Amino acid sequence: MLKTLRKIASVGIVSEPPPAPEESLRVRAALDAQIRAVLGRALCIRHVDAGSCNGCELEIHALNNPIYNLEGLGIRFVASPRHADLLLVTGPVARNMESALRRTYDATPAPKLVVAIGDCGCTGGIFGENYASCGRVSNVIPVDVAVPGCPPSPVRILQGILTAISRSKLTPS
Amino acid sequence: MPLRRWWERAREVPGAVMVRGLAVSTEEWTQAARDAAAGGGRLLSLWASERHESPPAQSVYAAFLIEPGVLILALALTDVRSAALRAPGADQPQYPGLEGTFPAAARLQRAAFDLSGVRSSDPDRRGWLRHGAWPVDFHPLERPAEPGSTAAASPEPSRPYPFVRVAGEGVHEIAVGPVHAGTIEPGHFRFSVVGEKVLRLEEHLGYVHKGIERRFAELSLREGVRLAARVSGDSAVAFSWAYCQALEGICACAPPPRALWLRALMLELERIANHLGDLGALGNDAGFAFGLAQFSRLKEQLLRGIHAAFGARYLLDALVPGGVAVDLSAGGAERLASLVESLAAESVTLRAIYEDHSGLRDRLNGTGVLLPELAARLGVLGLVARASGQPLDVRIDLPCAPYAELAPLRIVRAAGDVAARVTVRFEELAESSRLVQRILAVLPAGPCSVEPSEPPAGAFGVGLIEGWRGPVFVALESGPHGTLRRCHPHDPSWQNWPALEHAILGNIVPDFPLINKSFNLSYSGADL
Repeated sequence: MLKTLRKIASVGIVSEPPPAPEESLRVRAALDAQIRAVLGRALCIRHVDAGSCNGCELEIHALNNPIYNLEGLGIRFVASPRHADLLLVTGPVARNMESALRRTYDATPAPKLVVAIGDCGCTGGIFGENYASCGRVSNVIPVDVAVPGCPPSPVRILQGILTAISRSKLTPS
Repeated sequence: MPLRRWWERAREVPGAVMVRGLAVSTEEWTQAARDAAAGGGRLLSLWASERHESPPAQSVYAAFLIEPGVLILALALTDVRSAALRAPGADQPQYPGLEGTFPAAARLQRAAFDLSGVRSSDPDRRGWLRHGAWPVDFHPLERPAEPGSTAAASPEPSRPYPFVRVAGEGVHEIAVGPVHAGTIEPGHFRFSVVGEKVLRLEEHLGYVHKGIERRFAELSLREGVRLAARVSGDSAVAFSWAYCQALEGICACAPPPRALWLRALMLELERIANHLGDLGALGNDAGFAFGLAQFSRLKEQLLRGIHAAFGARYLLDALVPGGVAVDLSAGGAERLASLVESLAAESVTLRAIYEDHSGLRDRLNGTGVLLPELAARLGVLGLVARASGQPLDVRIDLPCAPYAELAPLRIVRAAGDVAARVTVRFEELAESSRLVQRILAVLPAGPCSVEPSEPPAGAFGVGLIEGWRGPVFVALESGPHGTLRRCHPHDPSWQNWPALEHAILGNIVPDFPLINKSFNLSYSGADL
């Protein structure tokens, strides 16, 4: 116990400040400012791997480390889409995951946001569209913000999430 | 026939060290597999590939890890495209299945049918990768790939997967997935339980099947390495190295020494990064959040160090055929050496904390046991095998350059429980840190890559690299003018997933996340 406490004390607080929202990542604007203000204070995220290589998942994991300290910003990952405000979707959408992704989206209460993560989520990436892949996430469910990168860094992913809940400069669609 | 006789008859295959291939008859196929099993061999992979003759016909391949090296059997099947054989009800077995001698063959054979339409004698005919998203008579690898082509219009009607049911008073099922509660890959687990106790677990995977093997055939040999790195993103270096090894074998291309040492550096950094991540997650799954906070901090430091040294946190595009695409940045070697030294030192402190923590010991010891005897029977590979008394490590058993010179320490534990898999990770973390220091100390100077020549059409080569999960295998066939005819990547998760179904038996449902994490198998790497 003493060793554990000593370690906690010696490491101290390592969290870094979050990045600013980045308007260029926004695909569409769907929520009004009032709802964004509420979601921005306590956002619940459900992650869905729809066909990823697991690369993006590693960087999503990193968001929860003490350096990015996602929970410190009032954002947390939840176990069910029914508790979620935002879906974080990775991968080209595998056809074997298509209905699971649609059902997860339908199970998420409105108003809801979708952030597509990674080159595959944005465009289908190197896998593209074929007999087993539907390609980009927006081919299956509506996407609000898309974050490219292979995999995108945790800062970019966080920027994407913060962009989704920030006031949009686009006109609502 | 003793195993050695098969080996002597077989011809050398380029790429990884000590690989030989042999064309066999149906009887020899079965007999050689039995001899391999009797000699303590492991099934490394099984796949089908279309021969380019007229009319085209399939061959089925099985690769075994045996005493002298890797033995690949090739069994040519007769053409089954004729209408008579394709008539309804004429779905006859085309080759003897190996699932009786090598249990891991069962899913590989089901996948080979889904992709290539070759049917084994195994009576289990449930689709594995085919979940009803494409027509039942469509086999994506059966014809030459047409760029941009998609599945035919009428998908197979979706019906529930027939899980094996457990009957009896008080038995009920828990269905989990494909979308899981945590940030992990998708798959379905069907538990049959009484109270909290697990009587049976059946896995249903294939959800992230995205047509990787078909996609390979649309790429050039040069582009293929990018896709290989994305078979399983956490093993990008292992897969891209195995791919390059196969390709360099068929091109007779020798990467410069510096490139090989840099690849080994990247592979060990990948191992350290994954082990740091797993050790934190294992602490967390056992209720010790401190472990996750500390190890995820160390992993972040390492990823930033890798970024400073090589320009990317994850090395998905670092390896290219002929060498590596990135050299160490100026001063990168010194910074990386001191970073890895400090991470190793902190890991020693954290290991002592993990081992002193009675609550953690209570959750880890004796949980999810895979006994050595069963591990051998199931043919498990890699880290999971080494934690169950199986001393397998291709870095030591079949070392490619520079591993013969590096001489990694063989790390084995016999207990086969979650605690043993944690211990193996701690020790491999320490050993890989030592290897990184040694590589950085003796890294030869010189160029980082050479230009590989264009290989002849129809050449066949293989790659075999010990990734952090275990041996990653790639079989590669070239087409004309630098095109790729067939690439079969194989992750050791294929062998280890069925072992998880055994390790959970008799444990309680709440321990499943912990046991699952201690295996930490790839979904994408096996679903392809």
